[in-house]
Amino acid sequence: MSDELNEVQRRSIRRDAIGLGIGTGAYALSFGALSVSAGLSIWQTQALSLLMFTGASQFALIAILGAGGGAVVAIATAALIGSRNAFYSVTMASVLRPRGWRRLAAAQLTIDESTGMAVGHDETNAGARLAFWSTGVAIFICWNIGTLIGAVGAGLLDDPAVLGLDAAGPAAFLALIWPRLTSWPMRAVFVVSLVTAVAFTPFLPPGIPVLIAGAAGVAIGLLLALPELRRGTGGDAA
Amino acid sequence: MIAASIVCYGIKLAGYSVPQRWLDQPVTQRITVLIPVALLSALVGLWTFTSGQTVEVDARVVGLATAVILLLVRAPFLVVILGAAFITAGVRALGWLP
Repeated sequence: MSDELNEVQRRSIRRDAIGLGIGTGAYALSFGALSVSAGLSIWQTQALSLLMFTGASQFALIAILGAGGGAVVAIATAALIGSRNAFYSVTMASVLRPRGWRRLAAAQLTIDESTGMAVGHDETNAGARLAFWSTGVAIFICWNIGTLIGAVGAGLLDDPAVLGLDAAGPAAFLALIWPRLTSWPMRAVFVVSLVTAVAFTPFLPPGIPVLIAGAAGVAIGLLLALPELRRGTGGDAA
Repeated sequence: MIAASIVCYGIKLAGYSVPQRWLDQPVTQRITVLIPVALLSALVGLWTFTSGQTVEVDARVVGLATAVILLLVRAPFLVVILGAAFITAGVRALGWLP
């Protein structure tokens, strides 16, 4: 694995990171607005974006608090939805091998988008690192600015659907894993995970379907890779 | 709220505490590649076909189809995202799909 990045590659990764940051920032506008209309103060709203910094959990938390659900239910749901980050961080630990304060920073920046960008640029380790850090930092900044603007000017953009922003998320994730979907085993993982998640959604509480789907996808992927792993050629993880 | 934030941070930190020796196993390496692909695939499904706990087909499906077409013609990353959002918003504005 070569570990060099030229200036063009670096610039392209940074540009994509900033683009993702701005997109999520627009989404944060609606988080800020919804949170304030759910009854949280501007400061509480901002604290969530700074400290929790995992969008889906934040939306779930304010939705439950706003609907009069108890704090315990709200915390448990947020944790359940955020639990996929633990799996991302195992992946990122293997890519970044961070130590000391970098480990603490990497942990906070480990979310869907930063991990996805790293996976999308892992032809080189340097590329994956740059993709992770630049995406994580760009989104952290934009997410918090967006939250503040949304909270202060509640109602500014309370429905991201008008701009089609609710389709931007899945499009971004698909684009990030697209380079991986060149092999049939990976395509099988994609289909199995997607269908499993959707199929379980009506029957299980939020956060659980995605975990079951993730487990199913990994199981299928391992199963299809078994012959290769047995031959001991598992070195190339792609 | 603070408690929920601490729990969510602890969850993220947990993965970084896995011993490096484990990370070097071929099976673990395979799994670390599979995990994000499987989870992001699941999210593509959830964010396109569900709303809350109901399965729903709306304009987002057209947006995702747009993304697939743009990816097939090797459009740049940002073009894929903006194209998907633009077409989804357009389909809604025209009232073809909710």
